[in-house]
Amino acid sequence: MTEKSDTDHLRVLIVFAHPSYETSRINRAFCEAVKDIPGITLHDLYQTYPEQLIDVPREQALLENCDVLILQHPLYWYSCPALMKNWIDSVITLGWAYGQDSQGKSGDALKGKSFIQVISSGGSEDVYQRGGYNNFTLAELLRPFEQTADLCDMPYRQPFLTQDLRNLDAAGIHAKVEAYLQWIHDLLRGKLPPVINSHHAPQADYAHMHTVQLN
Amino acid sequence: MEHHAPSILLQGIVYLGAAVLAVPVSRRIGLGSVLGYLLAGIIIGPWGLALIHDVESVLQFAEFGVVMMLFLIGLELEPDKLWNLRVPIFGLGGIQVVLTMLLVMGIGLLFHLDWRVVLVVGMGVAMSSTAIAIQTLSERGMLPQPGGQAAFSVLLFQDLAVIPLMLALTLLVPQAGMKLDWMLAARGLGLIVFIVVGGNFLLRPVLRYIANTGMREIFVAFALFLVMGVSLLMQSVGLSMALGAFLAGVLLADSEYRQELELDIEPFKGLLLGLFFIAVGMSVDVGLIFQKPLLVIGLALGLVLLKIVLLFGFAKGFKQGDTDSVIFALTLSQIGEFAFVIYSAAAQMHIFTPEQASLLNAVVAVSMLTTPLIMLLYSISIKHRLKPARAFDEIETHRKVIVAGYGRFGQVVSRLLNGIDVAPTVIEYDPNQIEVVRRFGFKGYYGDITRPDVLEAAGIATATLLVIAIDDVEASLATAKYVQTHYPQVQLLVRARNRTDTYQYMELGIPSVRETFHSALTVAQEALKILGFGAFQARRIAWQFQQHDEKILKEALLIRHDQQKLITHSARSRQDLSDLLHHELRQRAEDDDKDSGFDT
Repeated sequence: MTEKSDTDHLRVLIVFAHPSYETSRINRAFCEAVKDIPGITLHDLYQTYPEQLIDVPREQALLENCDVLILQHPLYWYSCPALMKNWIDSVITLGWAYGQDSQGKSGDALKGKSFIQVISSGGSEDVYQRGGYNNFTLAELLRPFEQTADLCDMPYRQPFLTQDLRNLDAAGIHAKVEAYLQWIHDLLRGKLPPVINSHHAPQADYAHMHTVQLN
Repeated sequence: MEHHAPSILLQGIVYLGAAVLAVPVSRRIGLGSVLGYLLAGIIIGPWGLALIHDVESVLQFAEFGVVMMLFLIGLELEPDKLWNLRVPIFGLGGIQVVLTMLLVMGIGLLFHLDWRVVLVVGMGVAMSSTAIAIQTLSERGMLPQPGGQAAFSVLLFQDLAVIPLMLALTLLVPQAGMKLDWMLAARGLGLIVFIVVGGNFLLRPVLRYIANTGMREIFVAFALFLVMGVSLLMQSVGLSMALGAFLAGVLLADSEYRQELELDIEPFKGLLLGLFFIAVGMSVDVGLIFQKPLLVIGLALGLVLLKIVLLFGFAKGFKQGDTDSVIFALTLSQIGEFAFVIYSAAAQMHIFTPEQASLLNAVVAVSMLTTPLIMLLYSISIKHRLKPARAFDEIETHRKVIVAGYGRFGQVVSRLLNGIDVAPTVIEYDPNQIEVVRRFGFKGYYGDITRPDVLEAAGIATATLLVIAIDDVEASLATAKYVQTHYPQVQLLVRARNRTDTYQYMELGIPSVRETFHSALTVAQEALKILGFGAFQARRIAWQFQQHDEKILKEALLIRHDQQKLITHSARSRQDLSDLLHHELRQRAEDDDKDSGFDT
């Protein structure tokens, strides 16, 4: 584990992915607002890897040198854009971030670093409910990320959400950016969002998941 | 047998018969066609079977072959290229002629010979034979290489130099009137100006008029008329006929009739050139050679050797590579037909005695005979050094991949394949290239893949893939077609150099890659980034462009012979591309956009 810097701030790494940055509203505003803040490293995946082939050692070095990992992205089909999934698949490896590889090396490079998502979604909060348009809450839909963080011994913290984007106007965006900046500065000062997990939710298993058959 | 001059028909039969018999044999044993013609001439001439006696007139008629050859050379030249070559022409050429002359003169003076005699001897020795040199170079495909180009430039200069040299000759004879010479020079200059100016304005319209008649043979007739006419005019003012033909060719080089003219004149050139060499062979005083073999052959070899050394030195001085300098020196090492002209004129002006002239002519002829032999020895030594025949025996013929061409393109492919342990059999035709490649530790074999036996030796019968990465478009196409027909189980991947051959490969169903397309596209993509576009956006735009370009290539394939349709298609494609890419420039997701379902 690399040492913390000797400044007061935590080292925050924002891994950002948006395949259509040029048409994005809120994400572009967030990036513009945050990119020059000292202590923040803004790492734009689509800008760095337009050919979609990732330099794994370089990414792992970046991760080792941060205290807080932020995955910032629009919600694409209840998950992250493809290049970010590619990134997770390629970079979070056995024997480095979790488990034990064939040489017996234990993966603990990410242990203790916070894992937080900054997500923007078109739908509003009420469509992400049981019985709502999207049938599940965001907390439930983001479980793969939660579990990924857990397996790497990373505290999974409450995400910063921007929802109902279709109805957000310029003023609304501006307000949201302010809120985001405040949240970021809190992070830097060590004031982190609460750790959350969804272990308490009732278990769904295939035996009880069949719908009623209408014959 | 009666001793009157045989009829034209009989002469014709003799010449053609001699050529038909001698040349194929000569080529087969690797001596090239020139030596075959020369030997044919010796055989049928006064010293052999004595079938022909009147060599003088034959020589004149045959000189026309040289004229035709220079016309074609001028035709194939681009005026810009001529200007670009001005350094080797006047620099290298000038130095070659002057220094060779001076050196020979110096040696002659050491032997206490008359200074006028050795000066003229030097003039002749400095000349090389355009016909032999160019024939030799083009037969071996060496003309486009630096050595061949340098040789060509020097030969061009020598052609130009004949004029002042002939003038100088007359100056050596005190009684010839100086005034006449200046008049002659002025007329010569005037004629050249007339040809250039007249050619520029008159030629094309006349050609168009004739071409419009649609009668091919009249076109050919006019082309011949043109060459003969210009040559005659040049000769009338004492200038070299060949130079005139060359100028005429250069004038036409830019025109749309160039292809047609080349095709029409080619057969005549070949035949007349052969006739020229036969005549040279006939004029060799074989009797003299038998009388004083050591003197004649010794002189000839000595001078040839001297020229080789000098020429090699000149070439290196002008920064040519080793192999190129050797080719340059060997192909120009003979003493050329202009020497005949100069020596005969000198004899007529009594600068030489008849015996001296006869000796010199024999030496010149023998020196001409040496070149094909020297080239043969050279080829053998090259083959030995590069060991193609034995190397092919060494190739495990079950290599899956053959890569033809080991230049920039082929090397990348080979290196990658080497890296994954699928080392290809690599074949390269440029000995310079192979040298470099081997110095860096890679393996390549010397061979010409357009030859079926070379392909076979490389293991085409059991190969999975042939990658054609050579420069030569024609050879590439020919090889691809050949393999497709005779070895259909072998996959082909071809480097296409431009749209024309891309179309042909598409029609044949052979996968090809346009060699510069992807690099150019990469530059365009980088340009977008410099202009402020995001990296992924730039990539998408480049990818859209590529998809679009491939689509319109397929469409254009079907209409490529219809100029009108192509123009319309091109305009429409440009509009389509613009529409396509403008979509990338939007700053907001529209309502019907794919992104409108997500955030933005």
